[in-house]
Amino acid sequence: MDEIKLEKLYSQMARMRSFELAASDLWQRGMISGELHLGTGEEAVVAGVVAHLVEGDAMALDHRSTPPLVARGADIKLLASELLGWQDGICRGRGGHMHLFVPDLLSASSGIVGSSGPLGVGFALAASRLRPGKVAVCFFGEGAMNQGMMLESLNLAVSWKLPLVFVCKDNGWAITTRSKDVTSGRLERRARAFGMPSWRVNGLRADKVWEASRRAISRARAGGGPAFILARCTHLDGHFLGDPLLRVLEDPVGQMREIGEPLIKSVASEGATWKEKVAGLGSIGKTISVVALERRLRKLDPLEVTGKLLGDKALELRAEAESEIEAEVAKALKGREGL
Amino acid sequence: MRMTFSQAIEEAIAYAMAQDERVIVFGEDVHLLRMNLLARFGPQRVMNTPISESAFLGAAVGAAMAGLRPIVEVMLVDFIGVCLDALLNQAAKVEAFSGGRWRVPMVVRASCGGGYGDAGQHEQCLWGLLAGIPGLAVVVPSNPADACGLMLASILNNSPVVFLEHKLLSDYWLLYLGSGGRKNVSFDVPSDGAEGEVPLPLSAVPIGSAKVRRAGKDIAIITLGVSVHRALEAAEKLWGRGIEAEVIDLRSVSPLDSEAILSAAAKTRRVLVVDEDYLGFGLSGEVAAIISSSGIQSSFARIGPLQAIPYARHLEDEVLPGADDIFRAAFDLIQR
Ligand SMILES: Cc1ncc(C[n+]2csc(CCOP(=O)(O)OP(=O)(O)O)c2C)c(N)n1
Repeated sequence: MDEIKLEKLYSQMARMRSFELAASDLWQRGMISGELHLGTGEEAVVAGVVAHLVEGDAMALDHRSTPPLVARGADIKLLASELLGWQDGICRGRGGHMHLFVPDLLSASSGIVGSSGPLGVGFALAASRLRPGKVAVCFFGEGAMNQGMMLESLNLAVSWKLPLVFVCKDNGWAITTRSKDVTSGRLERRARAFGMPSWRVNGLRADKVWEASRRAISRARAGGGPAFILARCTHLDGHFLGDPLLRVLEDPVGQMREIGEPLIKSVASEGATWKEKVAGLGSIGKTISVVALERRLRKLDPLEVTGKLLGDKALELRAEAESEIEAEVAKALKGREGL
Repeated sequence: MRMTFSQAIEEAIAYAMAQDERVIVFGEDVHLLRMNLLARFGPQRVMNTPISESAFLGAAVGAAMAGLRPIVEVMLVDFIGVCLDALLNQAAKVEAFSGGRWRVPMVVRASCGGGYGDAGQHEQCLWGLLAGIPGLAVVVPSNPADACGLMLASILNNSPVVFLEHKLLSDYWLLYLGSGGRKNVSFDVPSDGAEGEVPLPLSAVPIGSAKVRRAGKDIAIITLGVSVHRALEAAEKLWGRGIEAEVIDLRSVSPLDSEAILSAAAKTRRVLVVDEDYLGFGLSGEVAAIISSSGIQSSFARIGPLQAIPYARHLEDEVLPGADDIFRAAFDLIQR
C-alpha cells in the first residue's frame, strides 16, 4: 500500500477498539479471570504499522496483543472464545490474552516484558532466509526499552541487518512507575545509537504512524536492515483493568480510607528523617496527581484525534466496526452465556 | 496480633529496616506496592527500578557484597527467567569461590503460584528450580506467622535467600492480578493462610525447619505453601474415612528439613508429596531420594503439575493440586 487510505486505517482502529471494549465488558461481568491489559489508546500506532504488513510477514507481540491481531485479520470469534477460556478459542483456552499464538499469521505474544525483541529478531532472521522480501515487526512499550534482552535485540538486529521494525508504544508509564523517572536519555536517540534509523511520531495519529512505518518497512523489505519507531500514545483504561491508580481516582474517599490509615501510621513511626519521609509521601502524591492530570486531558483518545481528520465519516465507520465485532463476539457467546 | 499475610511480611521488613540502616528495598513499582515503607523510610531506602531485572538483581548482589542488605523484588518469580544469572552464577557462587570469605546477605522477594487465571508465565512456583542451585536458600511460608518469621530470618541471614509469597495468600496480589476490584470473581483462598495470628514480639523462624501441621500415623502428606491448606482439607476428609494423615509444612525448600521428612516416613511408612511446582526433577523427587537413601521402607506417591499451567480456570484447576486430588492420591496410596 503506497497511498494512504485513512478510512481503512480508521476502520481498523474502530475494530480494535470495539474488540477491546467487548473484552472489557466480559471482564467486568466476571467471565474473564485474571489480568486484562487493554490496548485502548494504542490503536493508531497498531493500525499505522499493521496496514503495511502482507502475507508472510510476522508479528512479535507483548501483553497487549489483541489489537494487532484484530488489525491483522485474526478470527474475532476465536479470539473472543480464547479470552473466555473456551476449548474453541484460538489457543484452545490455554493461552489467554497475554499468550496468543496464531501460526497462520506468524504472530505470537508473551507476557514477559521485552521478549518481543528477541522473538522479532528470530522472525526476521527466518524471513531473511526463507521468505526474502518479508519482514517482521515487534511491538513493545517504552518500559521494555530498559529490559536487557530488548537492548541486545536492537544490537543483534542491526549487526545481522535483519528486516525488522521495532515499534515502541510510549505511553509514559510502566504500571505505576513513570518511565521518565527510571529511563536515561531519549529513546529515539538510544535506538539511533545502535546504528538504525529511528523516528518519533505522534501515536495518536494513524496517518503519521503510517507514514513512518511505510519508510521503515519498505526499507526493511528492500534489505536495508532494521528501523525503530517511537510512537507516543496513551492507555485509556490504565495499565490493566482494575488499575489501582485509577481506582484511587474513581473512589478517592474509599481508597484513601483503606490506604490512609497505615500510611499515617508509617509516617509517624520511627524511620527516616522528616525530609526523607516527605520525599516519600511526595512520590506517592505525585504519581496520583500526574495520573489525575493525564485523565483530565481526555483529548488523548486516538480515535478522536485520528477521527477528526475524517469528520462525520468517522462515526459511520465506527458504527460499522462496532456491529461487525459485536456480532462476532455474540457468536462466540452464543448458547454459552452464564457458563 | 492478627495480621494478613502481606501485613506480616511488611511488619518484618519494617522492623528490620528500623533496626538496621543497611536494609534497603528495591524493585519495580515498589513506590506503590510498598507505599508504607516508602512513607516511613523514604526514597533513599525504597527505590523504584526500571524493568531491568538482570541489572537490578545483579546490582543487589554487588550491593550486598559491599555492605548493604538489599531486599530486591522480582514481582513474579516467573520473571526470574530474565535475570537468573544474578542468582545462578553470581549470588550463589561468591561464598563458595571466595572460600567462605565473602558472603552475600540479600533477600529476593517474589510472588508465586496460581489459582486465579493468569496462565503459566505468571503462575509458576519454580522453587525446585531455584533450590537446585547450591548456595541459595528458598523459603515458602504458608501463613502470616511464618511469613513474618521467615522474612525476618531471611533478612538476618548472611547468604542469599529467595522468599516466595503465594499470590492466593497475599491479598494485594490477588486484588491486582486476580479480581482487579471486581466482586463477581472468586478464588479458593485458604483463610488460615491469608490471615492469622503473628506472635509478638516478632521473632525469626529458622530457615530449614519444617513444621507438623497435623499429626497422624497412617500417611504423611509432605507439602508447602498453599498446598498445606489443601492437604489439611484432604486430611479432614481422610479422617472421615478412618485414615489419620499427618501434614508436614516444609516451609523451606532449601535447606530441606530431612530430619522431619525421615521421621514422618519412619512413623507412617507412607509418604505423599504434594507440590505446586513442576513434578519432574524437583522437590518431590528430592524428598523421595532422601527417604530411599535413608534405608527407611516407605511407600511413596506424588502429585503436582506436569505441564505448563493453562489459562482457563477449569483447566488450571485440573493441573494444580486441589484437596480432592490429594484425598484421592492419599487414598490410593493407602489402598496400594
Ligand atoms: C520481565 C518482566 N518484568 C516485569 C513484568 C511485569 N510487568 C508487566 S507489564 C509491565 C510494564 C510494562 O511497561 P511497558 O513496557 O511500557 O508496557 P505497557 O504495559 O505500558 O504497555 C510490567 C513491569 C513482566 N511481565 N515481565
